[in-house]
Amino acid sequence: MNKRDDQVNNEGTATEERSLPHRRVHLHSEHQQQGEQKPADMPISISIQGLNAYYGKFRAVKNITLDIKAKQVTSVIGPSGCGKSTMLRCLNRMHEETQNGRTDGKVLLDDEDIYDKRVDPVAVRRKIGMVFQKPNPFPTMSVFDNVVAGFKLNRFWVNKSELADRVELALKQASLWDEVKDKLNQSGMALSGGQQQRLCIARTLAVEPEVVLMDEPCSALDPVATLKIEDLIRQLTSKYTIVIVTHNMQQAARVSDWTTFLLMGDDRAGELIEYGETKQLFTNPKDERTEAYITGRFG
Amino acid sequence: MATATQSKLHVTDLHFRRRKIADRLAFIALSACAGITVFMLLIILSYIFYKGATQIDWNFLTALPKPAGEPGGGIRNALIGSVIIVALASLMAMPIGIGTAIFLNEFPSFWVGRAIRFLADVLTAVPSIVVGLAVYTLVVRPMGSFSGFSGSVAYAFIMIPIIIITAQEALRLVPSNLREASLALGVPRWRTILMIVLPVSSRALLTGLILAVARALGETAPMLFTSFGNAFGNVNISKPTATVPVVIYRYATGPYDDWHSQAWAAAFILVGVILLASIITRFVIRSKFDE
Ligand SMILES: Nc1ncnc2c1ncn2[C@@H]1O[C@H](COP(=O)(O)OP(=O)(O)OP(=O)(O)O)[C@@H](O)[C@H]1O
Ligand SMILES: [Mg+2]
Repeated sequence: MNKRDDQVNNEGTATEERSLPHRRVHLHSEHQQQGEQKPADMPISISIQGLNAYYGKFRAVKNITLDIKAKQVTSVIGPSGCGKSTMLRCLNRMHEETQNGRTDGKVLLDDEDIYDKRVDPVAVRRKIGMVFQKPNPFPTMSVFDNVVAGFKLNRFWVNKSELADRVELALKQASLWDEVKDKLNQSGMALSGGQQQRLCIARTLAVEPEVVLMDEPCSALDPVATLKIEDLIRQLTSKYTIVIVTHNMQQAARVSDWTTFLLMGDDRAGELIEYGETKQLFTNPKDERTEAYITGRFG
Repeated sequence: MATATQSKLHVTDLHFRRRKIADRLAFIALSACAGITVFMLLIILSYIFYKGATQIDWNFLTALPKPAGEPGGGIRNALIGSVIIVALASLMAMPIGIGTAIFLNEFPSFWVGRAIRFLADVLTAVPSIVVGLAVYTLVVRPMGSFSGFSGSVAYAFIMIPIIIITAQEALRLVPSNLREASLALGVPRWRTILMIVLPVSSRALLTGLILAVARALGETAPMLFTSFGNAFGNVNISKPTATVPVVIYRYATGPYDDWHSQAWAAAFILVGVILLASIITRFVIRSKFDE
């Protein structure tokens, strides 16, 4: 963890980093250094049981069983094409929106199978929100309307003042309020990339989900914007369960409490190789393939 | 050194010269083709302008036709008739065309979808007189008289395939990540289409509608079977109604010189409106797209 200062220096952003008054990236490592143990029997938010995901005949994700702890950040790492995105999209039933996308196995949210025949995918997605790789605000809407889009579009009637409160709350939760409070009526596209991504996070939070899935939310952003999002993720973890896919292992180490390592098997299907507390997985991996990956020997 | 370089750069063999001549000839031939096209178009447009624009005055636009043989009068009835019939046709064709395009887009692999798309392609090629005949049999005969309404149905038939094809293209171009973003917020599918997909593609959809209107406005044959014509200012869609192309046809084939010049004037107006529509779709809508 001490390496991160060097790394930031290498990226040439140390000055900008220090100028951010509310930086809290260290918070996470601090509380780990206090020796706080993560009990293995923490409450579980999502329980994945024997999940397989297919594109037509091709199996992209194979037999994954994994418990995601509530109000914790879980990162998913692994080489490109190993099925990280696919697995993530299975958790809020977005995979079935892909052509020929199909799953089997169970995904329990608070003990209820989201793949049960009686469950409406729309209801699942309100409980389990998603932030995408590329910031994607709705181009025809203002900042304000973007934030309440999800909230408004699944209701028939909304109260104006309630909307305004919700926008403010969501933008504050996404640490964006101060930057955009004077631009609420401008187009969401007029914001910077990092602001757009936080707008997308605010939009997701406004629906009041329990879980937020993030698929490489920083990979289209510059280092400063990335650090802001990472700060934000650490703040959100007090209220939300977060699952984040990332290519960047430093990022996984910085933001997550738990880490999942996936790898493609011989049949090109992604399998779960190792799952554990982030600190343990990065310092003392149990599987040699994990070690090979995190030390950069392949992938 | 210098001579060696020179001999390499200044290739003057026969092949090179022949290639150069062939290039030049091809260029001349293609320019000639383009030139002929532009020339013909300009001739037609300027002739219509020369014959038509000179006849137009306020009276021509606002007066009703005079009885046959009496000089003067205008085409107010036909202008209003065309507008009413095309507006009503748009009201019918828009929801059906865009609804079909949405269906095709939502179920791209469903064979019914592909069959419909094929049908739409075929329909654009059906001669409009056949459309007129069909509407005459299906609407005019049962209703017992020519009517503006039946004209709208005929126009709608002509417009629907154009709207389907342009709308399908427009919807296909909406980035899938916007759709996904909306679905991931727990917005139901139909509401995602209505509130996200359609607004994002609204300009392209509008372009499609304008193209369809421009195409329909000039169709004469189906109107002869359906709206027929009316010398009086009629706004009742259940009665025969005058339209600009039919007026052009009647006047141009009629015996009076005054009718001939009025036909030119009406043709000028029709071409002007269609040209304007093309310009709007080309520049106004396009430039807003880029903002
Ligand atoms: N729409 C699709 N249709 C068919 N196959 C797909 C589709 N999307 C992904 N795949 C395949 O599924 C496998 C897993 O893809 P996925 O996108 O989940 O990988 P990933 O781990 O997220 O990779 P990356 O790190 O590059 O984002 C890959 O082999 C990929 O080729
Ligand atoms: Mg991915």
